[in-house]
Amino acid sequence: MKLRSPIAGLLLLALPAGFVALWQLQLRIDARRAELHQDRDELALSSGKLLKAMSLEYAPLMADIYWTRAVQYYGDKRAHGDANFDLLWPLLDITTTLDPQLLVAYRFGSTFLSEPPAQGAGRPDLGVRLVERGIQANPEYWRLYEDLGFIYYFDAKDYGKASEAFLEGSKNPHALVWMKVLAAKVAEQGESRETSVFLWNELYNSATDPEIKKNALRHLQLLRAQTDCEHLDAIADEYEKRTGRRPRNLRELIGEGLLAGAPVDPLGHVYVFGADGKAQLNPASPLYKEKSIYAKPL
Amino acid sequence: MSRAGVVALNTFREAVRDRVLYNLVFFALLMMAAAILVGQISIGIEEIVIVSLGLSAISVIGLLIAIFIGVGLVYKEMDKRTLYALLAKPVRRWEFLLGKFGGLVLTLAVNTTAMSAGLFLVMWYVKHTLAREDSAVLVAVYFILLKLALVVALAMLFSCFTTPLLSILFTAGLYISGLFVQEMRTFHSLTPKPVLEAITRWLSYLLPNFQNFDVMGSAVHGRAIPAALILENTIYTVVYCAIVLLTAAAVFSRRNLK
Amino acid sequence: MAIETENLTKDYPFGFLNLKTKRSLEGLSMQVETGEIFGFLGPNGAGKSTTIKLLVGLIFPTCGDAHILGKPISDIEMHRNIGYLPEQPYFYDYLTAAELLDYFARVHNLTAADRRDRIAWMLKKVGLETAGKIQLRKYSKGMLQRVGLAQAILHDPQVVILDEPMSGLDPIGRREVRDIILELKREGRTVMFSTHVLSDAEMLCDRVGVIVGGKLRGVGAPGEIVEMKAQGMEILFEYAGSGASAVALLNKATRAGNIYSLQVNEEELYGALEQLRSAEAKILSVTQLKPTLEEYFMHLVDASRAQAAAVEVSGK
Repeated sequence: MKLRSPIAGLLLLALPAGFVALWQLQLRIDARRAELHQDRDELALSSGKLLKAMSLEYAPLMADIYWTRAVQYYGDKRAHGDANFDLLWPLLDITTTLDPQLLVAYRFGSTFLSEPPAQGAGRPDLGVRLVERGIQANPEYWRLYEDLGFIYYFDAKDYGKASEAFLEGSKNPHALVWMKVLAAKVAEQGESRETSVFLWNELYNSATDPEIKKNALRHLQLLRAQTDCEHLDAIADEYEKRTGRRPRNLRELIGEGLLAGAPVDPLGHVYVFGADGKAQLNPASPLYKEKSIYAKPL
Repeated sequence: MSRAGVVALNTFREAVRDRVLYNLVFFALLMMAAAILVGQISIGIEEIVIVSLGLSAISVIGLLIAIFIGVGLVYKEMDKRTLYALLAKPVRRWEFLLGKFGGLVLTLAVNTTAMSAGLFLVMWYVKHTLAREDSAVLVAVYFILLKLALVVALAMLFSCFTTPLLSILFTAGLYISGLFVQEMRTFHSLTPKPVLEAITRWLSYLLPNFQNFDVMGSAVHGRAIPAALILENTIYTVVYCAIVLLTAAAVFSRRNLK
Repeated sequence: MAIETENLTKDYPFGFLNLKTKRSLEGLSMQVETGEIFGFLGPNGAGKSTTIKLLVGLIFPTCGDAHILGKPISDIEMHRNIGYLPEQPYFYDYLTAAELLDYFARVHNLTAADRRDRIAWMLKKVGLETAGKIQLRKYSKGMLQRVGLAQAILHDPQVVILDEPMSGLDPIGRREVRDIILELKREGRTVMFSTHVLSDAEMLCDRVGVIVGGKLRGVGAPGEIVEMKAQGMEILFEYAGSGASAVALLNKATRAGNIYSLQVNEEELYGALEQLRSAEAKILSVTQLKPTLEEYFMHLVDASRAQAAAVEVSGK
């Protein structure tokens, strides 16, 4: 004769009910803690070396965890419209100290440490530091030279160093041939639209991380818009020659027979003319907000 | 007094008479004193160092006690057979479990209070004043206690059916994985498989989330902790402990003693 | 009826993944009458401790049931009326005897005044008054046994169950425990204890149950349990002479110095006595020979071992 324990019966009922309650509670707690920005803004241990010593052979696992935190941190800040990326460097520093072969961390850092706010931390010097460490640990990965050149070209605007980086990278037998070509071109011409478009395209194609790809695409779209606006400006100059004043909108250009149709930006919004008579992005376009990253007004 | 209460007080008495406990507490107080010295070196952030070192010491010592004594709560009584005479008395097995749990939690509460009193003393010594903001440290200590209660419940559950060594491994394992629950939820893996991600997400809600109790940042900078969080964490601990204790009771109530 | 078991059976799992079971107790059905001292006899591993642990709730039966004082063993209230002394007792060594008894007394919900009185009384009863404030870790085995007895009867239970109460004690200790058990009976309680020492059982018990190999082999008064059929008579006599008339008898007798011991059947008794009388031997004593509990016991154990061996050989 078996005696069924009443406690076991109670447990069977309480277990699912309890876990459902816990799940609901957890959601509330998560929301509450997010408000506090508890685990976003403080890093208890900021020494990568210490952490590495403590992690023993689990360093790569810890690196993954910190990498996840870095991405989460970045995503959260962007979502809240917070332009303060102070913790990005320490997080990536720790990640790459724990696992010097985590390539994606270097690529991520090279982009988002160097980009000016609100896209990134605005610290190209830290980006350079990170990528140089990556090159030391992974000398066969020539794309890091590409990233280094990238930072010098776009954010530090040091075309001499950018050219050097591309040249170094081109020495790798696996490097694509454009590295050598670009080294020469940048040394000669410095910044050019063509080079910029090319580089962003390369990054878009070679990167695996979705954030990096998204960022590269946006830059390409903005460059496209820039080109379009320059064309429109040329046409507007022609209009001014003919009518003696700057056009106020695209319809006027079409009316003059200078345009066949209304060109749109890569997101589908028509271009407009600003108060200064120059072509620019439509304020309704999402690209309009992003244009602040460029020194040149569109 | 209820029978569970009798067992609880006896468990407390056992802990008090165990000399190891005093050594641990003494060590913790030593750490507080050391914190003062460290604080002198780092100018401007003395308070931050003291509070973070102090809270860490309280947490670590508490965890050590909770785990090492917790895994022996039931096992030791079964192994040494001290339990035999007791179970022949009109006391239910779950009352015994509840008493052991309560006794150790009481012990931890007393220890934690003693150590945090030490911490506050050190804080007062360094700052010469204690302000409103320091209540955040009190909340942090309370959260540590909640965390310890949960660890004790888990340790005791394992104590009911496995050896101390395995119990320590399982309990420590659960604690460590409980620290990374947040990452589990948003694991940014390079090749995400939907099934794996779903499983990890489910696990992240099932496992005890020890990150909930981490308010070191706020405590250290004197930022107030919302009362709602205090309430929610308390309820979380109570519910989770109830589940674990119920499981332990179910396991233990039909266990044949050797 | 103080204790009653019906078909109590216990299987223990063992082996790889606990798939195999070993039956340590089979179909135990017996009764212990109110107010008697019942001895539970058997060799080591026979199932005595198993039975007692089942009764007391430390382990659970595979099948079968038991009642103590009318209440089933699954009823927690039943425990109010029983006292239990575990085999080789061990208690919290950081407590003193008085603290331990106080702890148990509180578990029994005794009032503070009650506790004070009873603890003092108990300590005196088991001879530990002077050692009451010493921590149990300093106690000898005999002292621990006495503390165990004290906690078993602290709450004035009707039924007292003792598992090997005499084990490991010196003769003085055994005598004391025996006296306590007799006193318990005088107070009207029922005592059941297990032992493998037969002389204790013979001396103390009203009735005895013999368990070998997990099965109950016999229950009854110690005298009853072995057949009363006498195996004859023993004559002890002194003979200094060299009488030829009793030579046949003398040859049959065993001799130690001048004292002879002769075993004869009951029918032959008076004939032999006549012969010895005419040979002028000095008769010292005439006693009836009965098989002892020990012989009965060994007979059972051997039978059980033979059976087990046969089972093993046959491979079942």
